[in-house]
This record gives sequence, C-alpha cells and structure tokens, in this order.
Amino acid sequence: MPLLSVKDLRTWFHTRNGTYRAVDGVSFNLEAGETLGIVGESGSGKSVTCYSIMGLVPQPPGRIESGTAVFDGVDLLRCTPKEARQIRGKRLAMIFQDPMTSLNPYLRISDQLIEPLLIHNKISRKQALTRAMEMLDAVGINDASKRIHYFPHEFSGGMRQRVMIAMALITQPELLIADEPTTALDVTVQAQILELIKRLQKEFNMAVIFITHDLGVVSGLCDRVQVMYAGRIVETADTRALFQRPRHPYTRALQQSIPSLQPKGARLFTIPGMPPDLSKPIPGCAFAPRCTFAQPKCLERDPQLSECAAGHMQACIRVQDGEI
Amino acid sequence: MADTILELSDVKTHFPIYKGFILRRQTGTVRAVDGVSLKIRKGEVVGLVGESGCGKSTLARTILQLVPTTAGAVILGGRNLSSLSARELAAARKDLQMVFQDPYASLNPRMTVFDTLAEPLRVHGICTATEAPGRVAGLMEKVGLAPRFMQKYPHEFSGGQRQRIAIARALALNPAVIIADEPVSALDVSIQAQILNLLAELVREMGLTLVFIAHDLSVVKHISDRVAVMYLGKIVELGDASTVIERPQHPYTRALVSAIPTPNPDIERSRRRIVLPGDPPSPIHPPAGCTFHPRCPHVQERCKLAFPPLVHHDGREVACIRVGEI
Ligand SMILES: Nc1ncnc2c1ncn2[C@@H]1O[C@H](COP(=O)(O)OP(=O)(O)OP(=O)(O)O)[C@@H](O)[C@H]1O
Ligand SMILES: Nc1ncnc2c1ncn2[C@@H]1O[C@H](COP(=O)(O)OP(=O)(O)OP(=O)(O)O)[C@@H](O)[C@H]1O
Ligand code: SF4
Ligand SMILES: [Mg+2]
Ligand SMILES: [Mg+2]
Repeated sequence: MPLLSVKDLRTWFHTRNGTYRAVDGVSFNLEAGETLGIVGESGSGKSVTCYSIMGLVPQPPGRIESGTAVFDGVDLLRCTPKEARQIRGKRLAMIFQDPMTSLNPYLRISDQLIEPLLIHNKISRKQALTRAMEMLDAVGINDASKRIHYFPHEFSGGMRQRVMIAMALITQPELLIADEPTTALDVTVQAQILELIKRLQKEFNMAVIFITHDLGVVSGLCDRVQVMYAGRIVETADTRALFQRPRHPYTRALQQSIPSLQPKGARLFTIPGMPPDLSKPIPGCAFAPRCTFAQPKCLERDPQLSECAAGHMQACIRVQDGEI
Repeated sequence: MADTILELSDVKTHFPIYKGFILRRQTGTVRAVDGVSLKIRKGEVVGLVGESGCGKSTLARTILQLVPTTAGAVILGGRNLSSLSARELAAARKDLQMVFQDPYASLNPRMTVFDTLAEPLRVHGICTATEAPGRVAGLMEKVGLAPRFMQKYPHEFSGGQRQRIAIARALALNPAVIIADEPVSALDVSIQAQILNLLAELVREMGLTLVFIAHDLSVVKHISDRVAVMYLGKIVELGDASTVIERPQHPYTRALVSAIPTPNPDIERSRRRIVLPGDPPSPIHPPAGCTFHPRCPHVQERCKLAFPPLVHHDGREVACIRVGEI
C-alpha cells in the first residue's frame, strides 16, 4: 500500500472574477521512502496540490471539489480535526517557497523551533532546545547557540530558509513536502541541504515530494518526476526516462528552455503564448494553443494520462496516436 | 572609465548587534558588506553571486540607500547618493529601481496589479489617469502577464506570476539602472527564459544597466557581461562572466562552479563536487586573513595573515595569494 495516495483531486478558487480550476483532477501515489519531483509551469497548481494535502488551502475562496488523499489509511481531506492534528505537523511536514509563511516575525526562532516538539513529544524545554540547536547545526547554521535567539529578520534569505527546514525536520516526519525550499540558496548550500534531505531520507525512510523549477536539482534528487500544466499532470516517469526521452510536447519545450543547454547570449527558447485562463472551460488539451504539434483533434478530445512505456505515463493525444 | 554609470567605492555596511531591552548595549557587529569597490559601465550587465548570507542583498539595499552606508560611497551618474537630501534621493530613485528577492514581501497585498503598476506612474507624473490603463496593460504584456489580470490582488497569483508583477513595477519608470535580486529564482524555466530575454532586450535596446543577483550560475553566465563573486562581504573574484565561470581561479569560485546542478540524471549522479569543509563563517567573527581560509583546500600559513587584495591574473581579478600556483 502506498504511503500517500491522491485520487482525482480538484481544488478550485471561487472569486468575484470567476471560478479558477487551480487543480483539476490530479492523481498520484507515493511509496514510503520515495522522492517525487513536481515540476511545471508557474501557476499550474503545484503548490495548491500540496496545500490541499496539508489542509492549507484558504477556504473560502478555495474549495476541495472532489478527491481523496489517503495517508497511511486516513483520508486527509475528510478526517476529523483530531486525526488531522496527529498527522500534519508531525508525520507530515511541509517547507515553503517563502520562509516567512511558516516563521512568525515576532517570535525568536528558538521558541518556534521547539514548539512542535513540546506539542507532539513528551520532553522538557531544555531537551527541546538542545535538539533544536542540533538541528540548526545540521542545516549548516553556525553559532547556533547564539543565533537560536535571533528573530527571523536577523537572518539572510537563505538562512531563514534553513531555519524553516530545521523546523520541519525536527519531528522526523515520514513525508516531507518541500515547495521550492532551495530556490533562495546558493548552489553550495543547496547541495548541502539536498545531501541533508537525502541522508534523513535514508536514515528514517522519509518520503519526499519536492517541488522545484530547477531541473538540475530534480536530476540529482528525485526517483520519479511529475510534470504539471494547467492544474493537471501531463507526464510522469522515472527521472532518467523523463530526461532522456520526454514525450509530452510541454515537457519537451520545458527541457529546451534550460539556459545551460543553449549557447551564451543567444535568445533563449521560450514557449510562445500564455498559460490558459483557468476560469474558462478548456476544450481538449490545455496546451494546444501553445503547442507546435497541435492539430484540430487536440481540441476535440479530452486528454487522459496513459502509459507510453513501462512506468511512463503521458497525456498528449498525438503521442497516444503514435504520431509524434 | 568615462562611461561609468554606477560606482561603488570601498562600500561597507555593518549592522550593530544589541543585547538587552532596557539597557541596550552593542555586543557586536555584523560586517554584511565589508569593502566592495566596483565600477559599472552604462549598458553593462554585472552578475553578483556568492554564498547565501555573503551580503548580496545588503549590497543591493545599500546601493539604493535603503540601509545606511557605514563607510565608502555609492556614486550614480557622478552624484554621491549618501550625500543627497531625502528629496533629491527620491528623484534619483526614478533612475534606480530594484526587483526584490521576495515578491511576497515587496507587493502590497491590498493593492491590485493595476494599483501597484499605476502608482509609480502617478507619483512621478508620467501619465494621466486616462492613459494609465493602457500603460499598465503594456507593462503587463512586456513581462508576459495577460492584462485581464489587472484587477487581481497579489494573493490570487502564483509565486512566479507575482515576481513578474514586481519586475513590471520596476520597469514602469524606465529606469537607467535596475538592481535585480534573484528575479528569476522562483520562475519555471520557460518563464525564466522569457524574463531573461526581456531583460537582455531592455539592455540592448534601451541601454539599461543591470546588476543581476542570482544563485543559478548558468543563468548568470547567460545574461552577464561580467560577474562578481562575493564571499563574506567582499569580492573575491571579478571578471568576464564566461572566463570566470568556465575557468574559475579563486578556490571558492571553483567550489561554487563545481556545485552547479546539471539537468542530466546520469551526469548529476556521478559527478564530483568540491565539498567545502565546515560551515559558512559568521560575518560577526570573520576569520583573520583570507576569510575563506578555514574552508579552503589550498590553505597555507601565510593565508591567515592578511586579506589578499584583488590582483590581476589570467584576464580577471582574484583575491587569493596562491593564485597561479593552484
Ligand atoms: N487564494 C487564491 N485565490 C485565487 N486563486 C488562487 C489562490 N491561490 C492560488 N490561486 C491560483 O491557483 C493557481 C495555481 O497556483 P499555485 O500556487 O499552485 O501555482 P504553482 O504551480 O505553485 O506556481 P509557482 O511555480 O509559480 O509557485 C494559480 O493560477 C493561482 O492564480
Ligand atoms: N537588519 C539586519 N540586522 C542584522 N543583521 C543583518 C540584517 N540584514 C542582514 N543581516 C546579516 O547580514 C548578512 C548578509 O545578509 P544578506 O541578506 O545581504 O545576504 P545575501 O547574500 O543576500 O544572502 P541570500 O543569498 O541568502 O539572500 C547575513 O549574515 C545577515 O544575517
Ligand atoms: S495533445 Fe496536441 S496540443 Fe496537446 S500536447 Fe499533444 S500535440 Fe500538443
Ligand atoms: Mg508554487
Ligand atoms: Mg539575498
């Protein structure tokens, strides 16, 4: 049985400008100890997918329209608040793109770090502080005994990020959801953090969902990758297979846009056009208006994920028809 | 240089650390920026890279005079910014705009995209109220945002979309210089490519000068003419971007370049990184001599004596006394 099983998740936002189908039918499984990368267009619903699992979607305007997210037998979308508290924040932790969403600017980080320990574990304040300092050390913050008493604004952007990572890992969760946690870090510190995540993962058999735009990071860290476009998964495969032979035209275009693969100074390849308006019904393939391979039939059929090679699923109609 | 537009002359920005609430005593100093000199030509793109916490954002905020300079001078178009009155400074800022690292913190949550973008136009008397919607729509299209989003609030956008709003706001006044603090870190590679193309176009066509802070060295190499590598408040290597990134000389730059992730699982999982021992040092107690010495694989006793000056070597400036031997 997978550790986490998400089925047909739909999370929509009902605003005065209309209903935005931010996540519109997402299904995936995650095994214990597995690392899943989520990449895709900015605004495609990567964060909202994870917020839904964590119970962090602001409601209203958000609403979970359908779906289940079963973690170790409990449907997180329908369980009681008590069941939820026992899982989220302890067995399931999340780190964010923006560290200030999880750090309180008015509290010293010492208090913020030990809070989950005092809630979920039966240990003294002193033991908790020692554990917190070890954790700061582990994420590469030196002078931990002094800096643990800092307020968040006294750290640089990258250091705040590391404080937040320490906070998430302090309860040794079984599943860590990381929403672009290393975007603000320099590559040497990023490499350290990724090593740290890999190490904890091995030691505690922790599963990881890692959202990132950095395809280099995905290459080094993830067992499997899932590509999102306009609220849906358009391709998912073993990391190596996806990079060697991306099948869906959106994934192919994404790979072509990487600057390191293009000559210096040249105009970079970009995907023409704009992402679709999620408040309007999208006929057929959402990528069609921007796709170089699009044909009239792409607007007529609703694309569904199907297997194109063992363990490799994708949703392009023309790939399914064996044409590209 | 005759066409220097922005000059930093031995700039230092230190933050005092206090202890106690009632009897506040200064117990130390964070040397966030500690003696940076740099001349930037009109129309030049300078990339600024370095370890997280090394002072890049503080340097950017110092250039904009958002934090007081402890020592040294920031000279924009011949005028020393720290000697200007508040009014003169406000006028000078029209020419000098910043895109912040954190688009969440820099956008006002109660203002729609329209309000955010129309405000600078109104404050500086650039256009009339009737012209504003057209101007705002144009700015939005420039950064790849559909004008139909004009009446939305920041929380209704994804992270990447918010960063584009922030870039559009910086572009609103047609500034001469933009300091962009990690403007593309939060964007997907395709939009990142759009923004990089856009910035390159503004540089080429409008002579925009750009200071570009980033962690992604492949991005920096792509867009920059020169790159400055910072370590603990100081520049340790400075030169042509391709030269420095392809053939780094300073041991820190070498470690940095070796850590760039490659979008290829086979290479990425088998390559060798220069792993730096120890933690990044604290800017409160910087190590004596070369500040990199406690982590440097090539350290010798003489490295611990004095901070090495930038010297010319192999087509760039390097602050390492062992340059040429390692
Ligand atoms: N509170 C909200 N109200 C209205 N719309 C929202 C809200 N939060 C998110 N959305 C919309 O949901 C969509 C998905 O957003 P999400 O943050 O999941 O994107 P993302 O894939 O994480 O993008 P990025 O890579 O830029 O972080 C976006 O189009 C966004 O505008
Ligand atoms: N207001 C402040 N008070 C005290 N220390 C500060 C303040 N602002 C920054 N610092 C310290 O100055 C140093 C440089 O911070 P800065 O934000 O400039 O780093 P950075 O190079 O931009 O890092 P990052 O890549 O993580 O964004 C850090 O050690 C930080 O803790
Ligand atoms: S279904 Fe058609 S439009 Fe969509 S990606 Fe495939 S070829 Fe392109
Ligand atoms: Mg996101
Ligand atoms: Mg910074």
